[in-house]
Amino acid sequence: MNDLIFFFNQVMIGGVVLGSIYALGAVGITLIFGILRFAHFAHGDMMTMGGFVAFVLATLVAGMGLAFPLPTGFIVLPFAMVIAAGIALGIDKGFYAPLRARGARPVTLLIASIGVTMMIQGLIRLFFGTSTRSFFDTEPKTLIRIDVPIEGATRPISFTEPQLLLVILTLIAVVALHFFLTRSRLGKGMRAMADNPDLAKVSGINTKQVVRVTWIIAGGLACMAGTMLALDVSLKPDLAFNIVLPIFAAAIVGGLGHAYGAIAGGFLLGFAETMAVFNWAVLLRPFRDNLPEWLEIPSSLALVQSEYKLTVAFIILVVVLLVRPTGIFKGAST
Amino acid sequence: MSLVELKDIKAGYGGAPILNGVNIAIDASDIGVIVGPNGAGKSTTLKAIFGLLTVTDGSVTFAGQDITNSEADRLVPMGLSFIPQEHNVFTSMTVHENLEMGAFVRRDDISDTLDEVYEMFPDLKAKRRQNAGELSGGQRQMVAMGRALMSKPKLLMLDEPSAGLSPRYMIEIFEQVVKINRAGVGILMVEQNARQALAFATKGFVLANGQNRFTGTGQELLDDPDVAKSFLGG
Ligand SMILES: Nc1ncnc2c1ncn2[C@@H]1O[C@H](COP(=O)(O)OP(=O)(O)OP(=O)(O)O)[C@@H](O)[C@H]1O
Ligand SMILES: [Mg+2]
Repeated sequence: MNDLIFFFNQVMIGGVVLGSIYALGAVGITLIFGILRFAHFAHGDMMTMGGFVAFVLATLVAGMGLAFPLPTGFIVLPFAMVIAAGIALGIDKGFYAPLRARGARPVTLLIASIGVTMMIQGLIRLFFGTSTRSFFDTEPKTLIRIDVPIEGATRPISFTEPQLLLVILTLIAVVALHFFLTRSRLGKGMRAMADNPDLAKVSGINTKQVVRVTWIIAGGLACMAGTMLALDVSLKPDLAFNIVLPIFAAAIVGGLGHAYGAIAGGFLLGFAETMAVFNWAVLLRPFRDNLPEWLEIPSSLALVQSEYKLTVAFIILVVVLLVRPTGIFKGAST
Repeated sequence: MSLVELKDIKAGYGGAPILNGVNIAIDASDIGVIVGPNGAGKSTTLKAIFGLLTVTDGSVTFAGQDITNSEADRLVPMGLSFIPQEHNVFTSMTVHENLEMGAFVRRDDISDTLDEVYEMFPDLKAKRRQNAGELSGGQRQMVAMGRALMSKPKLLMLDEPSAGLSPRYMIEIFEQVVKINRAGVGILMVEQNARQALAFATKGFVLANGQNRFTGTGQELLDDPDVAKSFLGG
């Protein structure tokens, strides 16, 4: 029973947490692709940058000696998201919009976004150095334990307070996004533009405004994802390194341009990763006594060692591209 | 003063000019029909009015105002509406959402216009929660027309609304066009089914090689032996 709870803690909780972060990143990628038709390579670094914005705000707030019932990182998150959305708008205006105005092709924009990646990374290192930081230097990270009322279960289900808040916030963000896309005038305009940009223009939809809203949403959600990843683990300038591939994989698996696909893809990738690195030997141990002598359970039975977990996203991406290049949840994006 | 007037416009897609002096004038009471061979520049003419490509010479005026090279998000609120030849519905959105997108520029209550459109095309009302991509060609054309009407246009421009449709749908679409015109909306349409369209046109324009070849009332064009021989298939 304890082993099962261990499995639950590691795979299920870990998967939901990781999946939430991937989903928020992947939504941004898929929205930007849908509206602007290019792969925004700098998205992972926008997440890192968002994390640092939140970190600066949290440090400022902590410096003022204010105390809150929730981790400071979450208190400052809305403000960080606003700032990050503003920076995203600035990046678009400064780098991508001039290229679009000259009719640049998607490849050109992709390469420009690689440049933006390097710029963000350089700026972060310039201001914050290369060290790893934590939001919880000045306050404790609360651990939540739930005892399982089953005989033989001594190990509790456990997760941290940031993990719980992270999942709740992701849920709120997804629901809000859903209502925005299906109920609001601008959200529908956004879907229209992703569906058929020429017709959107002909209908009088203000395409520049739609582009701005796209960056605001993508930038805000990237900040949310980056901050929550930093709250869950730690904050470092190369946070994006392990993130870019999974979030692109999630967006592609979900069918580029489809927001719901990207969310599902994010959770799929999150669970795939935690399952791949889970040591399945743990679940076999209870049956040790019933197994024949010659069959010895190895001490580690993980599909992938956790240092190589990036390969999971890579393999899923390759398989999906080979089998269903348009994504596994929906047909072709027109 | 004409509702819309093109004076000697020249336009192209960046390479060689496609239009070499097109003249068109339409009143609010008119149904103007543009006919001509493939590649004559008929679609290009409509796109040039709608600011979808650059007019390099000449002028376009709408109700007396110069709208040469204006962008669509200015033209739609002024009262121009355009149904492109292809890809003229949002396939991943419902019929209802397609209509709402046609009213994107409006900030007032659109429910009356919605009712009118559904009354005009009862088929659409039954299918309003369905994605436009799942409809038949004729139904899509109705969605496209509905979408264009939602902005309450003064001038409706249609590019081959009957293309690929069965005679039954063609007749229905043409009947609606006449009805819309009677309600006070100027019509400028491109048609391959030239004879049928010229029969109800108040003005006809034959374009070839990016220039006007014949201009007259619909009946005049139908009666002209040269036009009949060269452009209406004998
Ligand atoms: N987007 C474009 N870029 C470059 N050239 C174009 C473009 N669209 C059309 N053309 C060219 O402009 C010319 C006129 O095309 P247009 O679409 O106006 O013809 P049309 O009279 O509408 O013909 P059809 O009856 O086939 O619809 C053609 O030679 C075509 O190759
Ligand atoms: Mg054409």
